[in-house]
Amino acid sequence: MRVLLVAWIVAGTLIGSSARAEEGAGCAVPGYLLATENALPKVAEAVKSYKRLSILVVGSGSSALAGSDGTNASYPARLEAALRETFTGVTVSVRTDLRPKKTAAEAAESFGPMMEKLPQDQKPDLVVWQTGTVDAIRSVDPDDFRAALDSGVGALQKSGSDVLLMNLQYNPRMETMLSVGPYNDTIRVVAQDHQIPMFDRFSIMRHWNDVGDFDLFGSAHGYGMAKRVHDCIGRSLSALVVEASRLNPAELRIQR
Amino acid sequence: MTFVTTPMTDQAAADMPAAKAAALPVAAGERELRLDLFRGMALWLIFIDHLPPNILTWFTIRNYGFSDATEIFIFISGYTAAFVYSRTMLDRGFVVASARIFKRVWQIYVAHVFLFTIYLAEISYIATRFENPLYAEEMGILDFLKQPDVTIVQALLLKFRPVNMDVLPLYIVLMIFLPLIIWLMQRKADIALALSVLLYALTWEFDWYLPAYPNGFWAFNPFAWQLLFVFGAWCALGGARRMARILSSRITLWLCIAYLVFAFCVTLTWHVPQLNVFMPRWLESWMYPINKTDLDVLRFVHFLALAAITVRVLPSDWPGLKSPWLRPVIRCGQHSLEIFCLGVFLAFAGHFILAEVSGGAWMHFFISVAGIVIMSAAAWLFSWYKTEVSKGDKRTKSADADADLAGGGS
Repeated sequence: MRVLLVAWIVAGTLIGSSARAEEGAGCAVPGYLLATENALPKVAEAVKSYKRLSILVVGSGSSALAGSDGTNASYPARLEAALRETFTGVTVSVRTDLRPKKTAAEAAESFGPMMEKLPQDQKPDLVVWQTGTVDAIRSVDPDDFRAALDSGVGALQKSGSDVLLMNLQYNPRMETMLSVGPYNDTIRVVAQDHQIPMFDRFSIMRHWNDVGDFDLFGSAHGYGMAKRVHDCIGRSLSALVVEASRLNPAELRIQR
Repeated sequence: MTFVTTPMTDQAAADMPAAKAAALPVAAGERELRLDLFRGMALWLIFIDHLPPNILTWFTIRNYGFSDATEIFIFISGYTAAFVYSRTMLDRGFVVASARIFKRVWQIYVAHVFLFTIYLAEISYIATRFENPLYAEEMGILDFLKQPDVTIVQALLLKFRPVNMDVLPLYIVLMIFLPLIIWLMQRKADIALALSVLLYALTWEFDWYLPAYPNGFWAFNPFAWQLLFVFGAWCALGGARRMARILSSRITLWLCIAYLVFAFCVTLTWHVPQLNVFMPRWLESWMYPINKTDLDVLRFVHFLALAAITVRVLPSDWPGLKSPWLRPVIRCGQHSLEIFCLGVFLAFAGHFILAEVSGGAWMHFFISVAGIVIMSAAAWLFSWYKTEVSKGDKRTKSADADADLAGGGS
């Protein structure tokens, strides 16, 4: 009995460490932050049946990085790369349609027309909606914020896409200025209400800061760290998409 | 550090009545050390909550239920303010009591402006020195620095209130209405409380709020939070005595325990997200978000349950209240305005040190402990000063003691 237990622990450690090694770049995310009970059926169908996955990222300024290669280094591009790696043989495209300095309400209003304008073959299977930052900056009433999220998610779902919500960034340096709590709470609630997955960017970044992967508190950092953070966000987000699609990438490979 | 027993606290301790479990101080000269104890504790917790999360954060009550230190602070402030100034109103009349209250309001206002100045220095520093492309968007919140004239005027009008500085403006507004509250309370206490509940209900129904600058609303809605303040006042002016029977009943006790356990289980799912699967969806959609701005009913009830159990477990003649170990907390509670401001300042300073010198768990811990030690030392200094002054001028003594109970110098 005891031997079995020891064997279990050893095996567990080995598997754990190999999983950690795969993550690379030292930004592992604890499993519970990437677990979700809400699925992405459209993504699963697109990958399985059509071998192509189209994702649209709508969000505000924190979905992009400035600089000459900012577009390639920001998390939507990193998400695309990570998904291509995971779903070999599937055509993955991630586009962005950002609305800097727009609140959730302003963004939600534009979703209906935006989705209608897209030609049928460009309709995304999944829309990642990163939101909340501008609302926190302008301290929008959390009730209004919730209503905006409801209508935005509704509009996106109506046009036939899966939706995934992404919350605010962890920003220890500005904790005394920016009150993020109510907005993160609201995003979580709305995701639960609509039974869609939420990417908990805040907790994940806080985890990285706590374990020392990134020092998000320090005052002076170049683009190097920002790029690495976005790379890690992209890969974690890809892990969540795979998890919520309930697909097993290994199986897909065998089928091929 | 040594804690010198000042003659004054000794005297206050000697004045304590013998046995009164849930009942409250009525006659002059009595001092509810429990109030000071819990207000001091609330001040420590507020300070810790204002720092970035660290080990000590786990000792703050917001991690174990819905309500947090703010509720304690506002309730006790309402209690002590009503207790002190209602006596003045009885002795000297409405006008004199109001004048004293407004003097106090002015002190709180000045304290708020002082803290704002320090805050402005801190964020101006961050705005000029903090360059992290990761947070380019969040830096947008500093845009108001481009219009310092408007910002400063709005701060003086209490419309621009940075995070962590919301409590004092709330306190100011509540204190302005204190003369009316006490006046009504002395005539028809229950009507005053009923009006307060009505205002609270109407606020929830019609979504009343105070606007803030540059946009948004007051983080602590005075229309809602007045409920705790008025409830505190009601308890001070005899309500608590009338509730003694309800408070000592077993049913109340078990209801309170059940609710606290429920709240604890819910908060547990926030900290251990794996447990979230046990939360029924209907409960989540009914309960969340728990609104702090408008003092969610869940928070209010949580505070009531905590208070009911505390009053029961901790009688006012509990010998521990005189123990030297609790004296630092009690002293902090006795000088709440000064210590609150000091705490906000120390939280700013702590942020600054963590950012500029070094971070790390140990540094976080050290800063929290150092802050509490500084707060205790300052409270000791204030007590010492007050005693020395009152020695010189015996006539002002009673007024001093009053202001002392209300939480600061007069």
